[in-house]
Amino acid sequence: MKQFEYTIQEAVGIHARPAGLLVKECKKYKSTITIAKGDRSVNALKLMALMGMGVKCGDTVTVTVEGEDEDTAAPALEAFFKEHL
Amino acid sequence: MITIQGKGVSAGVGVGPLYFYHRAKTTIKRYHVEDVDAEWHRFKGAQTAAIEQLGELADKARAEAGDEAAMLFETHQMMAEDLDYEEAIEQQIKEEKNNAEAAVTDVAAQFAEMFASMEDSYMQARAADVKDVSNRILGILAGVAAGGIASEVPVILAADDLAPSETVQLDKSKILGFITAGGSGSSHTAILARTMGIPAIVGVGNALKPEYEGRPVIIDGGTGNVVIDPDDMTRDRLLKKREEELRLQRLLESLKGQPNITKDGKSIRIYCNIGSPEDVHAVQVNDGGGIGLFRSEFLYLNGEDYPTEEQQFEAYKQVLSDMEGKEVIIRTCDIGADKQIGYFNLPKEENPAMGMRALRISLTRPDFFKTQLRALYRASAYGKLGIMFPMVTSVWEVREAKKICENVKNELKAEGIPYSENVQIGIMIETPAAAIMSDRLAKEVDFFSCGTNDLTQYTLACDRQNNDLGRFYDPHHPAVLRLLKLVADNAHKNGIWVGICGELGADLTLTETFLAIGIDELSVSPRAVLPLRNAVRMTDTRESSPRILEALGSEYHHT
Repeated sequence: MKQFEYTIQEAVGIHARPAGLLVKECKKYKSTITIAKGDRSVNALKLMALMGMGVKCGDTVTVTVEGEDEDTAAPALEAFFKEHL
Repeated sequence: MITIQGKGVSAGVGVGPLYFYHRAKTTIKRYHVEDVDAEWHRFKGAQTAAIEQLGELADKARAEAGDEAAMLFETHQMMAEDLDYEEAIEQQIKEEKNNAEAAVTDVAAQFAEMFASMEDSYMQARAADVKDVSNRILGILAGVAAGGIASEVPVILAADDLAPSETVQLDKSKILGFITAGGSGSSHTAILARTMGIPAIVGVGNALKPEYEGRPVIIDGGTGNVVIDPDDMTRDRLLKKREEELRLQRLLESLKGQPNITKDGKSIRIYCNIGSPEDVHAVQVNDGGGIGLFRSEFLYLNGEDYPTEEQQFEAYKQVLSDMEGKEVIIRTCDIGADKQIGYFNLPKEENPAMGMRALRISLTRPDFFKTQLRALYRASAYGKLGIMFPMVTSVWEVREAKKICENVKNELKAEGIPYSENVQIGIMIETPAAAIMSDRLAKEVDFFSCGTNDLTQYTLACDRQNNDLGRFYDPHHPAVLRLLKLVADNAHKNGIWVGICGELGADLTLTETFLAIGIDELSVSPRAVLPLRNAVRMTDTRESSPRILEALGSEYHHT
């Protein structure tokens, strides 16, 4: 299991567009990817649940990657967050 | 003639017959199913078809309105295949034995409710997206084709509200304008209308009556005016306006990418004033050459407490990196006077415009000032930064501020935090004292930027906030213009540049004057960039400058 924390820089937070891009990105990997904020966590493939968390700019989320390709998926996702969120 | 007032959300004038959008209506039948697997497959078939349609719409939107518009439909696609959404429908069909239509309707309502109950108004608006996606699936289940325009001639289209998919599906060659009963400036109809340059008015409520259908109508998307059965005069006036708008729009569009250069080859930099990182987009769209004034107050005004170094750093860094190496001048905190903030706990003053404000606060509270400067220097590693101090009256203030900058740089160096050594330091010239002392001040800094609103207020002893002063508050007053000339001359004698970042910069009646007195940079609101560029390009300073300089000089002799 790989885990990292990230503080959202994107001014609009995880809105429809960035959430859509994130789901697209997560589909590339076999690992199960979960995004947690506070005590809520969702599977990163679930677009509407992800949007429903209402993650805003400045919120810190914990991203957990678990599965056979976690070693490649985790750094790739971290780079994705830095670029898009 | 009937006049209706709505909210103009996409500028332009449209003329044509009024046409109501006819939506294909589907009534939802509810029943229980025996063969739940067959019903599930019926849903899956409709879902797959909807996803396919949305893919085609994304392609169409990409061709018509660009990637942003296409992303909307890609998001809809993802909603249609969302795992939770699908699971909830599956449970409705397989366990509750509900038919697919009832299942989709109920699940759509649940998800729409979830979005509608969120705090953020943007997220609330996403409820419409869930409904739009679900209606598509329902339409396919019922075998109903989408609504459209059955008219042969182009029309002004009226609707309660249009879903994004409905807007994109419409044949644009048939649409001269949009009017919707509901909606807002950030609704999809408004966004798409603006992208496609079609005039649009929202929020007319129930003012449009069915009997108006087919009657001639003119809409003005700039003012939000809808006129049904216009008389000849109104018609001519608005048509003329439309022609004028189109002409100007084409002209301004053609100026993008062009230099700000006069007929005789004098150039001036045109930068933008912004108030938050989101404004950078407008700077780029309007082809601003840089940012001449980034007001840092939004950081202080939005919160309940002082913004942290980290929050400030992120905001500055974002603007610097978004501007991709173009110059960005950030003004340090300009609180006080007309901008009061509770948590600053500033004592109440009789005359705040002449009180504890701007740099005076920063120098009185050095820790607070240092936090902002640390954030600024850290951000300087990400682009071309200039730091500007507001409300200077004395040389010692500038020296003291610069000393704090040096301390901050030394701290960062010691901590191994990167920053740029090429940060320009400048001051606002907005008090008569600073203008009069500009020969000395110029030796301390890299640039001047004249804040004409305050400079006018302090020079003419006219309160900016007092509307009754009218003709006495005259930014064209020769006293103000002479001070600007004095400042420009002193700047150039000392080899530094001088700009104007007040509202006066965008005043096209003064563009020739600013060129004549040698202003190097004008910083204006993003929308003013192209009109100003046009004015610069129309000027021949060989003709205008001697005339203006003589007028400014002759005043000296007469008074």
